[in-house]
Formats: sequence, structure tokens, C-alpha cells
Amino acid sequence: MQPGDLKPEQFNAYPPQAKGLVTANLAVFRELPLSFLPGVLREAIDYDYKFPAERRALEQEIANLAKLSPSERSQWLQGFAKISTSSKLEHLDWVNSPAQFVEQLSAHLWTTHQLDAFRIAATDYADRLHAAVPPQVPKVPRLGIAVIGQGVDSYDKPLFRKLRPHGAYFSRVTPENGLRALLDATAARAKETTTQYSHWYIDGGNPIEHDAAITSIAYGSLEPARTAILRNMHSEIERPGMGPEMLRTLMAGWRPEDLGVKSTDPVLDRFQVRLLTEGSGTQIFSTSFTQWAAREALRRAEPATLLVRFAPRQRLKPMNELISPGGERPELDPFGSLVDADMGAYYNWLNQQRLPGADKSAFLAWFEGHNAAVVIGPSVPRGTESNAPTDMKQLLSWVL
Amino acid sequence: MTFFDQACRIARTRREFLQDAASIAIGATAARSPFARAAALPKNRKVVVITFGGGARDQETFAPEGQENVPNMLRDLIPRATFFTQVVNRGILGHYVATASLATGAYETINNFASLPPENPTVFEYYRKDRKRPSSDTWVVAPSNGFNRIGESSHKSYGPGFGARVILPKHLLSAAMSSGHADYEHLLRDNYESPYFTPDLAGNEFELQQLESLLKLSVDDFKTNARTLSSPDELSVYIARRLMKQVAPSLLWITMHDIDIAHAGTYSLYVEGIRRTDRLCSEIWKAIENEPEYAGNTTILILPDFGRDADTDPGGNGFQHHRTGDALSRTTWLIAMGPGIREGVVHDRAVDSLDLVPTIGSMLGFSASHSPGKPITEIL
Repeated sequence: MQPGDLKPEQFNAYPPQAKGLVTANLAVFRELPLSFLPGVLREAIDYDYKFPAERRALEQEIANLAKLSPSERSQWLQGFAKISTSSKLEHLDWVNSPAQFVEQLSAHLWTTHQLDAFRIAATDYADRLHAAVPPQVPKVPRLGIAVIGQGVDSYDKPLFRKLRPHGAYFSRVTPENGLRALLDATAARAKETTTQYSHWYIDGGNPIEHDAAITSIAYGSLEPARTAILRNMHSEIERPGMGPEMLRTLMAGWRPEDLGVKSTDPVLDRFQVRLLTEGSGTQIFSTSFTQWAAREALRRAEPATLLVRFAPRQRLKPMNELISPGGERPELDPFGSLVDADMGAYYNWLNQQRLPGADKSAFLAWFEGHNAAVVIGPSVPRGTESNAPTDMKQLLSWVL
Repeated sequence: MTFFDQACRIARTRREFLQDAASIAIGATAARSPFARAAALPKNRKVVVITFGGGARDQETFAPEGQENVPNMLRDLIPRATFFTQVVNRGILGHYVATASLATGAYETINNFASLPPENPTVFEYYRKDRKRPSSDTWVVAPSNGFNRIGESSHKSYGPGFGARVILPKHLLSAAMSSGHADYEHLLRDNYESPYFTPDLAGNEFELQQLESLLKLSVDDFKTNARTLSSPDELSVYIARRLMKQVAPSLLWITMHDIDIAHAGTYSLYVEGIRRTDRLCSEIWKAIENEPEYAGNTTILILPDFGRDADTDPGGNGFQHHRTGDALSRTTWLIAMGPGIREGVVHDRAVDSLDLVPTIGSMLGFSASHSPGKPITEIL
């Protein structure tokens, strides 16, 4: 089937708001290339469960496509129109399974050596879209916080090597009440600007007490869901013909209710399940979960404040232990987790800087319970170091 | 900046680093007579290929910030090797299909996760057919169980009867350990993108009973040694050394895979994998120098199958995957060393990863007639 064949009743299985959005714009969707449209539908089908920032971006993108004249639209999408698809792709149910289509399109692009052409088309389209629909700058400058190294008593190798060139490194930070000060600062910002999903706290272990105005998720709280996912994965793998691609497709279809996740916030429930079903390693390693959760929160919710506290992950057993009896309960690996989190903090900053208002954004990374921290912000001199005594409140005052 | 601008920038970074760190020369300014090299070549030449896998980036290997992760190669190998800073893989960046492409010299398009043979003739088939060599002369050692079909293609002019023997040490270990009551299926899980997936095996893999007959290794000794090894790649190198001692194949291909733990998103385990692979590469070279069948007549070629995504590409998640197809994920390096190969030289011209098989063809005397690659003349 081609986009030109679309009919409203084909979207009957979509959630109500998604169905309304798509059917109201069917005329423009019929004009889009097959290599492009399922990418839009992949976002639209989840419209009912999207964060406000995502909804706004999708609505603006569709409105912009509708506003373009046929010749302009053709020019914007000419790169996608040149991508050749296959009859197998055309016969997929891309209306109801757009994510699976996009995954198979990706494999097709690799196989037919069209990936580079697709990248160029996508980059060109994104550049045009950003120019036509400037992204919304946050009401207050963004603040990212990364707390790393929980459980490590001492560490003599340099930390924050990738972040230091972009800000100031402090070596004599008073650690007492540091975490409390960071959570209080997050709560204060949440009270100032009360937009939903604007202020987040992600914990790689169990969450500590925090203000109810903060959107919070924690690896420790998701243990029942993780156990259910691993049990389901084991069970599915036993089925004949099951392979990695089919398993991934299957997992993408798992819903919160399938995994026993149910709160009063279906949007957040869906977000958390996605972290576990689409993220790689997130079911097993807390550091992977935490970094991926921060990346997805930034990409999707575009928060004004994001406090991320990494926690020790389980240790990967070496092969010789795997073939020896004993030691069933996984131990923790605080030092490996610190290295993971050091890189994770850098990725958090990179992902934050991809959002609108990056020139005014601030970032603080701290070695929990220790004296080392790095602060990045528009008024902070880059690549500098300070050995003057300071504390967390003072560090925050320089970037807020 | 275009893809090739980025690739060139990556290559320059590597060369500057290597010149500083190991005081090595630039290839273009230090030519030597090809006649002198030809005269020095041994007649019973052997080739060992190591894929430094799965997937290692420049910044964790030969870029300035990566040097701490490859001290053994830097100290023991680079000063004695010709180093190519820019090996470009233009194919599909999945480990099996990319390694199959390296082994055929043609960009394979087979399903990365299926148990399928390559479609183009492999280096093993070219060598065995052209040089009329027995199957015992070409071996593949692969820790990843998904690689069991890599030794022999489905090509109608080659295929069955011309391929390499394939040994999957981890599969052997699982079979050896499971002779008791315990279930060791978890040993076979090596697909880090789907950590609980275990591929079905089909093909010409090495059977447990051949441990004794070919490698002169009892199952008990094999198990005892395995209990001292920390990773599948260490087990592979142990088996590869045993093969070198007992069988001495002329063409030995070792695929490493520990590094692919990066898919789990744990940077420390990814870097640990690189450090281990660095140490193992150095150990293999030392084994070559100490084995009478190999010493003085063996060329070793070490290269990653490909890189991993750049931190700065928003389409990826940095080191974790290799899905974007960006310059960093496609551009890697090659170490070549052995008799006739100039020492301490760097070349930064772009080499295609398909050039590997025709180059081995020129070394071992066969024609890679179905490969579009070109022999790398600087190491011939």
C-alpha cells in the first residue's frame, strides 16, 4: 500500500487522540513518500501517551507539512522520494505497525546501500523544519545535574575528563548535605515553573525523599517490571524461530499492564516501560538504565531541570565464575559503575546541549560524598580549575 | 563536513598520535625497494587475521585519549608494523555480516542475525581451491556462536568442500561442561543487543571429540584451563594457540567479540574489553614468534570489523551501538606486521575493508576473483 491509498477507517485501532490527529491531516499524509510517512505515524500513534513537548513538536511538524504548497513539499521531501523501497515493505501493515516498518526500512537501507542518502534527506528535512518552526526555548534556563560514584570510598583516577574543558572543576567541595541541596534546588525550580514534566529526578537505585512536584523514576522501583520483562524474554526465546529482531519487535509491543506497571500517570507508565523494552542493557544494568532514562527524558520531555543520580550496577560475572558453582546473588561493581556514570554524565550534558536554549543552559556534575565537581554554564570560564573551598549551594548559585 | 572530510580528520588524529607516541615514519616519505622486500619473503608463508571486535572506536584505541587502553599494541606491535590509519567499511555494520564481508572481500548483504553462509567466496575457499590445500590448512576461531557459517560460502563455484574449519570455543566449553548435570546455555549468549538470545548452530563446526584427536587436549584439561580464563576471547586465544601448535594452519582467522558488551551500555565493560583484546593481540604475536612453524614466516593483520557511533551524533547513543553509519562507525585502522612488511610506518591513504582478501591473496598466491577490493601494495 502507498500513502495515496490511505483511508480514515484504517486508523480505527489508533488511540482516540492519535486517531483524531491523523484523520484530520489525512490529505497531507497521502502526499508524503513511503520512506517518510511511517516515521511520522510512529510518533502519531503514541500521541495519547506523549509528553507535552513531544505533542507540541508533532503538531507543529504536521501543521507545517500541511502549510507547504505541493511544490514546496516536493522540494522538502525530494531526498526521501528518491529512496527506493521494496514490495515487501509496501505490503507491511505500516499504518498499524509503523515502528516495525521503520525498523525494517532501516535494514532495507543498509542492505541496499541507501543509508547515507537517507541520512542526507533526514538532515536536510530537519534543518528546514528547524528554520520554519523554531524550537521553543524553555521559560527558565535548563539545569542538568549528574551525581555519580555512589558507594565508592576513594578513587585516585581523574574524573570528569570530558566535561572539564567545557566548564570549571572544583576540587574542594564540601560534600555534607550536597545531595539534599541539589534536590532542594530542583524542588524550588519545580515550584517556580509548574509545567507538567518539566522537572525530573532519576535515580539508579531507590529514590530518596523528594518534593511531589518533581517527576521521578527509579531503577529500584521498577524491579517487578524488570523481573517480568526478563521472564517474558526467557519464555519468548524458547519459541521456535524466535530471533533478536522478532524479539525486539515483540518487546516493543509490551504495554504497562503486561508488566504490572500501573500508577495514576499513564504517560509516565508508558515512558518507563519503553525504557525497559527498547533500551539495550536497561533491564540488567542500573547505570545503563539511568543514562538511557536521562537521554530519553531530555529528548522527549525537554525538561527544564534534570537531576540524575547514578547508583552501583551489578557486576558482570567473568566466564570462569559462570562455569563454577556458587555465588548466585549478583554483587555490585561500584568502581565500574563510577566509570560508566562518568561517561553517562558527559552524555547527559551532550544531550542537554542538543535542546533549545543550550547557550543559556547550566550543568553540574558531582562525585557523591566527595570533593570533586564540575560546573558548566554561560558565565563559568571554560577549562578552569579551583581549589578554593566551596559547597553545593555556592556552586548552584553561580549557574542559577 | 562530508563523510570523507570526517574520515580524513579521524585518520590525521591517529597519525599524529602514533608519530608522537612511537616515533614512527610516514609511509609516503620512506620507500624501500620492492625487490629487496621480495627477496626477503619466506616460501612457507602463513597469515593470521585478527578482527579486533566487535566494534571499537578511534577515541578508545589510537586517538590520544585512547592510548591508555592499547598499551600492548602500542609498545609491542606498532613499532614493528605498518599502520593504516583509515580503513573504511562501506557495508552493513552488523558484526556477522561485516566480518563475513571482510572474509569475502565483498560487501555481503545477508541477514546479520540468521545462520546463513556468505554469498561470495571466502578467503579460505579461494586459498584452498587455487592452492589445492587441505581443509586442515585454514581455520576460523570465533567466540561468537553466530559466526559458525563464516568459513564457507554458498557460492556455486566454491562452497561445500572448499571452506575453512570453524571452531567455536565457547560452544565447545558449553558442550564439555554440560556433560554433567548443569545447564550451561548461558555461556552461549553472546548477542549483546539481545542478551538472552542464543543462535542455533548449523554448519561445519568443530565437534567436542576432535579436541582430543586434533588438538591433543582432553575434555578435562580443556575444562580445567577454561576455569582460569575470564572471557570468551581468552578462551578463543587459548584454542587458537593450541591450533597453532598442533595443526599449524597456513591461514588462521580469529574473531574477537568481547568488546561488543558495549551494547549493554556499560562504558567500563566496553573499555575493559578493549584492554583485554589489546593484551590478547600482543599474546598472539608472541605466540607466533615462539612457534617454530610460524616464527619468521607469518604475517599478522589486525583490524576492527568497524567502529561505533560518535558521541556527537544525535541519532545514536555514543559508544553503545553502531547504528548511525556515521564516519566514526565506518572508519577504523589496520596493523600489518611480519616478514617483508616495513616497520614503524604509517599510511593515511584510505583503504577499503574489502582490500583485505585480495591482499592476503597476493601474500598466499591466490586470486580473489570475485572481490572488488584491491591489494594493499604497501604491505606486499
